[in-house]
Amino acid sequence: MQRLIFKNKDKITLLNGVLVAAAFLSKWTAGNTRFFERALITASILGAAPIAFQAYQALRVRVVSIDVLVTIAVLGAFIIGNYEESAIVTFLFLFGAYLEQRTLNKTRSAIKELTDMAPETALKLTENGEYVEVDVDEVAVGDVLLVKTGAKVPVDGTVLSGEGSVNEASITGESIPAAKEPGSKVYAGTILDNGTIQIAADRVGEDTTFAKIIQLVEEAQDAKSAAERFIDRFARYYTPAVLVLSFLVWLISRDIELAITVLVLGCPGALVIGVPVSSVAGIGNGARHGILLKGSEVIGDFSRLDTIVFDKTGTLTVGKPSVAEVEYYGDNIEEALGYLASIERESDHPLAKAVLEKIGETTFWPVENTEVVKGEGIVATVNGHRIAVGNAALMEREQVTLDEKAKADITQFEMKGNSLVLTAVDGELTILMGVRDQIRPGIKKDLQRLKRLGVKHLIMLSGDNQGTVDVVSRELELTEAHGNMLPEEKAAFIQKLIEEGRTVAFVGDGVNDSPSLASAHIGIAMGGGTDVAIETSDVVLMNSDFSRLPHALGLAKATARNMKQNILIAVGVVLVLLTSLFFSDWMNMSIGMLVHEGSILAVILNGMRLLRYRLPRRLA
Amino acid sequence: MKAATIQLETLTCPSCMQKIEAAVKGLEGVERDSVKVSFNTSKVKLNFDEDKISIEEIASAITRIGYEVRDSRVKLA
Repeated sequence: MQRLIFKNKDKITLLNGVLVAAAFLSKWTAGNTRFFERALITASILGAAPIAFQAYQALRVRVVSIDVLVTIAVLGAFIIGNYEESAIVTFLFLFGAYLEQRTLNKTRSAIKELTDMAPETALKLTENGEYVEVDVDEVAVGDVLLVKTGAKVPVDGTVLSGEGSVNEASITGESIPAAKEPGSKVYAGTILDNGTIQIAADRVGEDTTFAKIIQLVEEAQDAKSAAERFIDRFARYYTPAVLVLSFLVWLISRDIELAITVLVLGCPGALVIGVPVSSVAGIGNGARHGILLKGSEVIGDFSRLDTIVFDKTGTLTVGKPSVAEVEYYGDNIEEALGYLASIERESDHPLAKAVLEKIGETTFWPVENTEVVKGEGIVATVNGHRIAVGNAALMEREQVTLDEKAKADITQFEMKGNSLVLTAVDGELTILMGVRDQIRPGIKKDLQRLKRLGVKHLIMLSGDNQGTVDVVSRELELTEAHGNMLPEEKAAFIQKLIEEGRTVAFVGDGVNDSPSLASAHIGIAMGGGTDVAIETSDVVLMNSDFSRLPHALGLAKATARNMKQNILIAVGVVLVLLTSLFFSDWMNMSIGMLVHEGSILAVILNGMRLLRYRLPRRLA
Repeated sequence: MKAATIQLETLTCPSCMQKIEAAVKGLEGVERDSVKVSFNTSKVKLNFDEDKISIEEIASAITRIGYEVRDSRVKLA
């Protein structure tokens, strides 16, 4: 019986609604009051059944739930013969619950889309050389798997053979497909747009990046802030309190109608649901855009941010040195580049890699008589020429004369924060290269967006020397920049800012800046990075995409605002309802229920707006 | 001791959580402090002693108070 009722709740709601509508129709059109009454009685009993059963179950586990309040109210209305009220209230309550379920599913849809991306099966290479479809749980590290066009990559792995492009939106939020070839890493939950690849499983099951993201997002949406925990505790005592209040009202006024109306008006609903709805929609929006926000507490702190501290290397800069500027002198440049590349090819100096990358395809020569001058560079013989590659000190040792233009270039390159690689062929300066860890493209705009979003202080901390730090700081128009800092000193610096009363976020790539991530109010990890960083941080920007940061901050602000609006709607509605009950005569149970259910829908719909949040154009 | 994750139908009212929590906590063999009902994910997580109670019994206790159980997973705690 009970199961039958629960199972058919939707049908009962519909039937109940039809009966109520038919009753009023017959009364207004045909003046049929007998049918009116009977239809309403049937509707009341029908509608009250599922509510009453839930109330009963709640009482059995000693919880005064909202169903209990409504059941008593309906029962009271029924006893005093107000079938109109009892029928309408049951209908509104059931129909409201139905709409709430539908709309709540919408607010949760963004996250559900993400979890639905979880791969379920894999094509595994068996001993007899065939690929067999198996459950993804049966895949072990080291297994060889086949991924076909349109299929999901089942585990984190390395491409063994084949080529293709993979849509990695589920991991990075980036929808432009990434090209994969043998040796490339692929991630579980991403989709092979075209091509066919064989992969070796590196990480499976709960260890995959995707599984970790899902777990974080799932935990995040139910991670409660102090305010929410308060509301939950409050709700626990609130419903019994309403019951007591209604009883007192009856004792004093002896008016059953008034007492049961108090029960309906006092139903909590919008208040308890408002904040979770905002946070799930906000976190969902983030997940779609490659941003993980870990819960509503994080959203609150993040939205009040006034200071952001950045790590330099790998965060504001690309993280590896590259040739930023080149200047050539004299003729035979092509040949000289070949000589330079030939020498650098044999060196393991960090700058050598950058130089080689810059030169690309060229003719390589045998290198003879290589002589390494420590701290200065290399001198060698290539194709019969004496080639010197190194810094200004080496040029001096080699008695290379620098003309006015070269000298000016060198000064200018140094001012921009470059390390210099000079190449002299037979004592003539031929090539001047400036190598530096370049600023990430587009980052200046993103920093300006952050400023427009209300962040007052943009501070950079770095282990690099103050000179390099100043150059980057000047270019990016930061408020402060400090060099020569060890990881512990960075953490201590953040601690000091916090003591000054600022709300501080730290943005880092997670390589040796875990202490700073942990000590800031909000630790923001440029993800794709290390697992430790993802775990210790509060916000993760997937794919190390700095440009997500302004969206993340804007979203956090919008979500925090949305939560406040929802609390305001909820509290406001209850206050208005209660005051109008005692100070006006138009309030009754049905209107009360209507407004109550309306306010719940209002907070859900308000929360849903966050799913579509984008950085406003005036800020972008 | 086993850890269970039970997926429910969409939870719409946070007072449902109190009910489910109370119902599950009252079961013999369920570790009281481990019970966690999540509103947004509509999931129940708990640890239980498989010698005293089965996952099916836990699931039916939830169904009995009127919430549909969609799926349940058990692994070693």
